[in-house]
This record gives sequence, C-alpha cells and structure tokens, in this order.
Amino acid sequence: MELLHNLIFGFGVAFSLQNLLYCLIGVSVGTLIGVLPGIGPLATIAMLLPLTFNVTPVSALIMLAGIYYGAQYGGSTTAILVNLPGETSAVVTCIDGYQMARQGRAGPALAIAAIGSFFAGTVGTLLIALAGPPLAEIALKFAAPEYFSLMLMGLVAAAVLAQGDMVKSIAMVAMGLLLGIVGTDVNTGFQRFSFGVIELTDGIGFIVVAVGVFAIGEIIANLGEPEERRIFTSKVTNLMPTRDDLKQSFAPILRGTAIGSFFGVLPGTGPAIASFASYMVEKKLAKDPSRFGRGAIEGVAGPESANNADAQCKFIPMLTLGLPASGVMALMLGALTIYGIQPGPEVMTQRPELFWGLIASMWIGNLMLVVLNLPMIGIWVKLLKVPYRLLFPAIMAFSAIGIYSVNNSSFEIYLTALFGVVGFVWMKLGCSPAPMLLGFVLGPMMEENLRRAMLSSKGDITVFVTRPISLAFVIATVLIVVVMVAPAVRRRRGEITG
Amino acid sequence: MTTWSLNSKDFWSGMMFIATGAGAMIIARDYPFGTTVRMGPGYFPIVLGALLVLFGLYFVGKGLRGAEKIEGSWSRRGMIILPLSLVLFGILMEHAGFVPALMVLIVGSALASTEFRLVEILIFAVFLTAACVALFVWGLGLPYPLIVGL
Repeated sequence: MELLHNLIFGFGVAFSLQNLLYCLIGVSVGTLIGVLPGIGPLATIAMLLPLTFNVTPVSALIMLAGIYYGAQYGGSTTAILVNLPGETSAVVTCIDGYQMARQGRAGPALAIAAIGSFFAGTVGTLLIALAGPPLAEIALKFAAPEYFSLMLMGLVAAAVLAQGDMVKSIAMVAMGLLLGIVGTDVNTGFQRFSFGVIELTDGIGFIVVAVGVFAIGEIIANLGEPEERRIFTSKVTNLMPTRDDLKQSFAPILRGTAIGSFFGVLPGTGPAIASFASYMVEKKLAKDPSRFGRGAIEGVAGPESANNADAQCKFIPMLTLGLPASGVMALMLGALTIYGIQPGPEVMTQRPELFWGLIASMWIGNLMLVVLNLPMIGIWVKLLKVPYRLLFPAIMAFSAIGIYSVNNSSFEIYLTALFGVVGFVWMKLGCSPAPMLLGFVLGPMMEENLRRAMLSSKGDITVFVTRPISLAFVIATVLIVVVMVAPAVRRRRGEITG
Repeated sequence: MTTWSLNSKDFWSGMMFIATGAGAMIIARDYPFGTTVRMGPGYFPIVLGALLVLFGLYFVGKGLRGAEKIEGSWSRRGMIILPLSLVLFGILMEHAGFVPALMVLIVGSALASTEFRLVEILIFAVFLTAACVALFVWGLGLPYPLIVGL
C-alpha cells in the first residue's frame, strides 16, 4: 500500500516538534491576518519569507502554507461578522453568512464554516496524496483556449449570481477586466493606463481595490445609514449549530468539497471561482432558492468547504508541475527556488519529505485551526459589542497599515482612498462590486490566454468550441446564461432581489 | 416610479459606464491595436471600452424610461473625511512616522461619525496605536520609524 506508506512517512516528518511548532505559528498568523482586513496572506507571506531563510525548507514551507490556509479560516470569520471579505474567496460567504449574523445566527454560521473547512481540508489532503499526480496530468493538457473558456465561465457565473441587475453585473465584470489591464503589458512591455506613474507600472494592487471598495466604501455607506449599525451591537447567542443546521449543511459541504477540489487543481482559478460555483450549485439545488441572500446556511457551508478544498488543491499544480496557480503559489515557488530546490515534477521523487511532509502538515494544521478557532470565535463575538464609532476607525487603521506594508507606498494609500469613494458610488448606483473584483483579478490572465489562443489558432475563434474541454466550459457558460434568463427563473430572481 | 427622475440609478450607472469606457478608449487610442491573430496592447482595452460604452447606452436608455431611484443619504461627511484621513496617513507615514500617522488616521476618521466623542476616541487611539506598534512593528517587524527624528 504505497499511499499509506507515503502518508505515514509524511506524518513522521510533520510530527517532529519543530515542524509542529512552525505549523502552529503559521496557522495562528494565518487566522490573525485572515481576520484583519487589508492584510492578506500574500503580503504576510512575502513579509515573512526573509525570516524563513535559516529554517529548513520543509519547516518554512509548512509555516507559509499554514498562513495561506489559516487565512481562509480567518477570512470567513470577518466575512460573516462584519461583511468584510479578507480575500476574494470570502466574498461569497458574506452574502448569506453576514445575513445569518444579522439575524443573530453568527454562531452557527461560524461553526458551520469551521466544520465545512475542516472536512474539506481533510478530503483535500487525502486527494493530493491519492489523485494529485494523475489529476495534474489532466490539467497539463490544458492550453490557452481551455483557460480562456474556463475564466469566461467563472466570470459569467459570478455576474449571474450577484444580487441585483444581471446586465449591470456583467458590465461590472467588464469594468474589472479594464481595471486589471492597468500596468505593463506582459507581452510587449507596453505601458497601459499608467500615466507615467511609477507605482502603476505593476498594475493596481488587488488588495488596494479590495480594501478600498469593500472596507472603505462599506464604511462610508454605513456612516450614511445609521440604522445599519445595529448589526454590530446585536447580541449573538447560541454558538453551536442546531441538528437542523447540520442536516442542511451536510450535502452542501460534500458538494462544496467536490467543487473546490475540481477547481483547485486547475491553475489560473482562485478559490473565489470555487466558492462562487458552489454557491450557484446550492442556490440551484435548493427547494426554496429565495432563502439565498437572506441567511441560508447552505450558502455558507458549500462555499466555505469549496474555498478550503480549493486552497489545499492549489498545491497540486505547484508541487507537481512547478506551475503557480495563484499569487500565493507564485511566492511559494519563489521560496522553493531560494531554498535551492528546483520546482517541478521531480520534487515528489527527489524531495519526498517535502511533498509528503507538507501534505501531512496541512491536515494537522486544519485540525489546529478548528481547535484554535473555537475560542477565537468567542473573542470575535466580543469584538462585535464594540460600538461602530470605535470599530470603523480600527478597520481604517488595519486597512491602512495592510496596504502600506505591501509596497511601503503612500501612493497605494491614496489609491485606496479613491477606490473607497468609487466603491461607495457603485453601491449607491446598484452596481455590485463583487463581479468587478473577479474580473479585475482574472483580467490579465484572461487577456494573456485569449492572445495566446488566437496566436496559436491563427485568429480562428472556433478554437474555443473545437477542443473538447474548452467546448465543455463554453457549453456550461451558455447553459448558465440560458437558465438564468429563462422566464421562470427570472420571475424567481425577481422575488430574490425584491 | 415610471417617470424619469434626475435621481435614476440606471441613468447614472449608464453615464458612469460610458464615461469609463469612453475614457479608456480615448486614452488607449494610440496603443498598438494589432490584429485578431496577433493582438497588440491596445486590443483588449479598446474592445472592453467599447463594451462598457454599449452597456452604458443601454442603462442610460433604461434610466430615461424611468426606473429605480437612488436611495438613502450620500453620506457626505464620510465620503470626504475618510479619504482625507487616509491621505493624511500616507503623507505622515513618509514624513512623521508610524505613531503620528496612525493617531491622526484613527482620530481623523472617527470624526466622520456623528457620534464622535473626543475623550473616548483619544483614549482608544492611544490604546490601538500601542497595540499596532506591538503587533506590526515589534511583532511582524515592519520597518517603520515610530516617530521620525526620535
């Protein structure tokens, strides 16, 4: 039984005192920065990377990975309690998780998020060990047309599920794609929309846009509507989910884990797509979809499992192909190189302690997170009793420090201020900012893959429908649109959005 | 509800999309456009800009036929004070140091609330700044001077 042998070997590595300690540090820091708005795993990992140079590569990687998936746990906490997505993956958790919190059911929402994440983490760990290599081989067959079709599907799904006007959401995706273009064109080195500003040549930072629109913009909106503030002082009782909650969440957790694992192994898609997709599925399968957006527990259970499964499975292309699937994975890859390890398929055979040790540590880390998060939940519930007039300056402070720490750049602070105002105006106009954010993140990759696809097919756009995998994504995209525009669904949507 | 109003959500969304799309197209008009086979850096921006203008026209038209009005207050106090405190933070980080920048940001943004209480916020700002110094500067080792020249 080779798998068992490998896993035992991996746990042997991960259970050393030093590696357990680094795992604990990683997940604790991860939870902390996931909870703090404006300071994400990317900035934290980049910041802590220099500190890991004198540690063994296994320990360093275990800690950096802990920060990454720990932040997913922490991010869902703020998404549910204060409607602040620390990461894009938590955007979808805000929809129903925050509604649950407003109804005084923050406790069950947080508990279900933790249970779902732990389950997904366990399955994700097993999956990397079991199906990692063969799955990576499938993804290896993907070329530019497949990536483009996949991203198209993700964006359309995101726009369609957003609350409010569907056409407006698609327009906001285009807006995000446009914002994502700012900076140096990777193919030609050409400067686009950078206006000679040095800070813009690398593009607008994701954290700048996310914090500006979702943290600052939201604060401005809250200050204009005093009645909204009751949410922060409302009493949260009944921390554990009821038997009904668990029963309702069981299937969504399983499905979310499956969806997250599927999307996770594909490079180029973030956990946001996985959680959006899971939300879509749950909304479609629900007997009464009108509950979604109003505090449906399935809307928390599914996406939270999906984004954790995705986060775990993101390691597959990174570890087996040396292909970074996200910004965080790109940093991890850079770390490997610094430690003197050549990333690629040979990591698994030449440095088995790295591959299997890391996998085993992820399961241990997930267990630590559940244990860590139970007392943590109590602390965050206490934080809710802080009046908003004190809470929002604190959010401003953490946001500003977070933004500043990425590049030590005051310019990015000014840009954040600008996006705060823009985000507020968008909210006022009923333009949902979530699809914009997804378009923004995927924009550069989408353009890159479109250009590559067109180049290799000599400008023949049928390339997207003549390749089977790409065709499947295109069909799925069309289906999503057709289903949502269908009169019956439209009527139901009307009920949802009021 | 069905009569046109200066407050129409859709009308102003449309104007916003048109302005953004047209602005992008004007700025990108000199970028090498390329061909469908070999797309230049101007291809994607022009196509997206045009797309946004089309979306904008649709919403202006929809807004003119009458639709939802913009609801709630414009939160002028927050819309001015919060960005301003962030800008001050940016300036002070470069010239005065972490502690003054953070104190000004916390007290400054608190002014945006109508429930502003001076003594309470001053105590809170001192406490929060101390915690941030401990966490970010001492704990995470962010390389910022606490007070420039000290």
